Amino acid sequence: MEHFNGIPQPVDVLVIGAGPAGMAAAIAAREAGVESLLVLEREPDMGGILRQCIHNGFGLHRFKEELTGPEYAQRDIDRVRELGIEVRCGTTVLSVDANRLVTAVSREHGLTLLKAKAIVLAMGCRERPRGALATPGTRCAGIYSAGTAQKFVNLEGYMPGKRVVILGSGDIGLIMARRMTLQGAQVLACVELMPYSSGLNRNIVQCLHDYGIPLYLSHTVVDIQGRERLSGVTVAQVDERREPVPGTEKHFDCDTLLLSVGLIPENELSRQAGVEISPLTQGAVVDDTLQTSREGIFACGNVLHVHDLVDFVSAESFKAGRAAAAYAMGKRRAGDAIAVRDGQGVRGVVPQRLLRQDAPEAVQLMFRPDAVYENATLRILDGKREVLRQRKRILTPGEMVEVTLKPEHIAALSGGDVTVCIAR
Amino acid sequence: MNQDIIIIGGGVVGCAVARLLSRYAATVAVLEAGSDVAEGASKANSGIVHAGFDAAPGSRKAQLNVRGARMYARLCKEVGAPYAQPGALVLAFTPEDRATVDGLYRQGLANGVEGLRVIERDEVLRLEPNVNPAVLCALLAPTSGLTSPYELTCALADHAAVNGVTFHLETKVQSIRRAEDGYELDTSRGPARCRVVVNCAGSDSGRLHNQLSSRELCIIPRKGEYYLLDHTDAPPFTRTIFQTPTRMGKGVLVSPTVHGNTLLGPTAEDVEDALDVSTTAQGLGQAREAARLTWPQESLRSVITTFAGVRAHEHGGDFVIGSVEGAPGAYEAVGIESPGLSAAPAIAEELAEKIAKDFRLAVKADWRPAPRREKPFYDMSLQERAQAVERDPAYGVLVCRCEQVTEAEVRAAIRRPVGARTIDAVKRRTRAGMGRCQGGFCSPRVLEILAEELHIDPTEVTKCGGASRLLVGIIGQAAQQKEV
Repeated sequence: MEHFNGIPQPVDVLVIGAGPAGMAAAIAAREAGVESLLVLEREPDMGGILRQCIHNGFGLHRFKEELTGPEYAQRDIDRVRELGIEVRCGTTVLSVDANRLVTAVSREHGLTLLKAKAIVLAMGCRERPRGALATPGTRCAGIYSAGTAQKFVNLEGYMPGKRVVILGSGDIGLIMARRMTLQGAQVLACVELMPYSSGLNRNIVQCLHDYGIPLYLSHTVVDIQGRERLSGVTVAQVDERREPVPGTEKHFDCDTLLLSVGLIPENELSRQAGVEISPLTQGAVVDDTLQTSREGIFACGNVLHVHDLVDFVSAESFKAGRAAAAYAMGKRRAGDAIAVRDGQGVRGVVPQRLLRQDAPEAVQLMFRPDAVYENATLRILDGKREVLRQRKRILTPGEMVEVTLKPEHIAALSGGDVTVCIAR
Repeated sequence: MNQDIIIIGGGVVGCAVARLLSRYAATVAVLEAGSDVAEGASKANSGIVHAGFDAAPGSRKAQLNVRGARMYARLCKEVGAPYAQPGALVLAFTPEDRATVDGLYRQGLANGVEGLRVIERDEVLRLEPNVNPAVLCALLAPTSGLTSPYELTCALADHAAVNGVTFHLETKVQSIRRAEDGYELDTSRGPARCRVVVNCAGSDSGRLHNQLSSRELCIIPRKGEYYLLDHTDAPPFTRTIFQTPTRMGKGVLVSPTVHGNTLLGPTAEDVEDALDVSTTAQGLGQAREAARLTWPQESLRSVITTFAGVRAHEHGGDFVIGSVEGAPGAYEAVGIESPGLSAAPAIAEELAEKIAKDFRLAVKADWRPAPRREKPFYDMSLQERAQAVERDPAYGVLVCRCEQVTEAEVRAAIRRPVGARTIDAVKRRTRAGMGRCQGGFCSPRVLEILAEELHIDPTEVTKCGGASRLLVGIIGQAAQQKEV
């Protein structure tokens, strides 16, 4: 271990996180010619959440084949190694400031200070816990977030329970419904507060329907029982205001409640650095180069906005890595920004700003609809002028929508606000 | 088990009594029904060291609160527990409230509380800009303090343990009776004998009292539900903000905690079962509704958990402290509801001094100071952190990222004199799992470290003792059983 001398080590591009986002950003930065490049990862290995996602379905877009999470991650890990990128695992970043001064700590290197020309934030997201829902009842053992249960099962080899109810129909919850069933547990129900699932349709089919697990939409858990270990939960229907409807209570005897009730981008470090956070995505407000409100600090992957598919995380992160490399090498883009706003039916468009430039590149706008829309029209407006219109058979909050603004669209923008909206 | 002194209950009062009795030449044991010290009311209260204006002059509550509160700063420093003194306000919104606040002011003066002032609206809003602007005036109590009740209890237990007190967890006292020269106890772990018994059993103290004395007491478990919000750089309030008290207690407060979180609650509801610490939709709704009067912009966006605690309310309304009537050698602290935490150091002093005098206990020559508590990593400066990791590389591994708790600290919590044996016990000693992800990230790692340190299988690790195991088996077992 080096002795701490309080002098920051200079680095051109620093990537925080070695999950799929951080690895892609680092690969892109090195491929763009950045020599001084460092990746910090708090887990003992690279790969992020993919390490515990042993089911398949990854890589269909990027590799045109179906991979498991660890297989998908391995391709990036191999490339990171091939490129000789320095990755420090078991290293936790403690603070980041607006001047890109970073403190980190690890068993091996002790406390380290780093001063980066550019930073890529790629910390991913965390699960919303039971406490945040304020679900009444006891605080016994047997209540896990779906991802924690997945870690126990897939990484540690332990079963967290035998009779399971799942609250929330996020993808990890759906995947765990199948996983627990395959390991001999009985999954009694998946309970979703909203009138639609927040998970991918394919997961509802493959993880619930195929195993005969009932999905209760517009229902929630209204009571949790059990003094030491969970003994049961009460589920009730909810009305349009999402308030439980008296008289609709159903009881389930179970020893386990898994929660899949939302993912929250992990932006504590971003906030420390003074990065502006969108209340809608809970991630940074970025321009089309994925630069945040703090110059030289970029964000990508689930720390920016929660994605459905890792393929899109990788694509976004390659872009962030390239932009961070350009910034570190002094190729800074400046210029007027055009604001991109959420219109009717749209929540959390990313990026929120487009930089005006002479030779624009295509930009992907991503967002989630605020409800389920069938046979709707997606419109992009420049002031009142329609820039783009697409018919969509179905739009649901469970699936992120991506729409590409072509260079000619961007070149023709007036400079006023651009609005994305959904018309029924 | 044969001891000179048995203390029943490892809450803040029991542990404070144990610590003071450890100064004397006597064998002392603490029997605790829970899987850790501070498992009852001591883990789930507001953590406020009350100034002492609430209780009627002359009551035991008033005397012991004021005396106890004055002992706090020094005690916390001695044993290594957090303490802060941000002060408190009692808000008045109506002319009746104003009269109540004036009454509290006079009562506080009579109780000997220092620095009390009634301040008008403008000053209230200047001190606490997030208070409801409809406020008329407030009682300002600058001596109102904050502690972490469970960290204090653990620290008191450690200090007692290094001076020879033994702690017997998951040991419930079923019955107690007079014997020749002392008392005989039936416990869930077998019989025990002692010369002196001290009943500090919280919500169970009434039942034990009634086995010893013909003058019956009646404990009514009174549940209080709370919301806990995440800590932020700018908490909404810097002081504890009360509303005027009700028949059931001090009412709903909004307060910073000693760790910078914000606490909303408690409600007050009499319940049948003293072990019922479940939250209810109704209770949480009431707490939220009541808190809005103090804090109209109340935002529960950053709620990280809700919880409930049960206070031992004695029917007579006051603390019952001292010798048990008609039972020589038996002592008690019964009905320790609010301001029990504030009064605990004074209650302990009174009981320990009385026992020492009655039994002419000799003071030990070698009373050891409390074990030194390392500064938590989250409180360290850059330089201190660097030194800590150089000293012990396990400081370089963050187990709980929300609260920045390191592996070194989790291991130290398990190795303390009264060491952590469960996930919750680690949480109370280190804050691992207290943060916004509520243990989602750290609990598998804490479980692994507990298994390693205690030399047990990971499937044997519990959340809070008894049947609260986290894991039910290894992968493959259940699937195989199903095939067979």
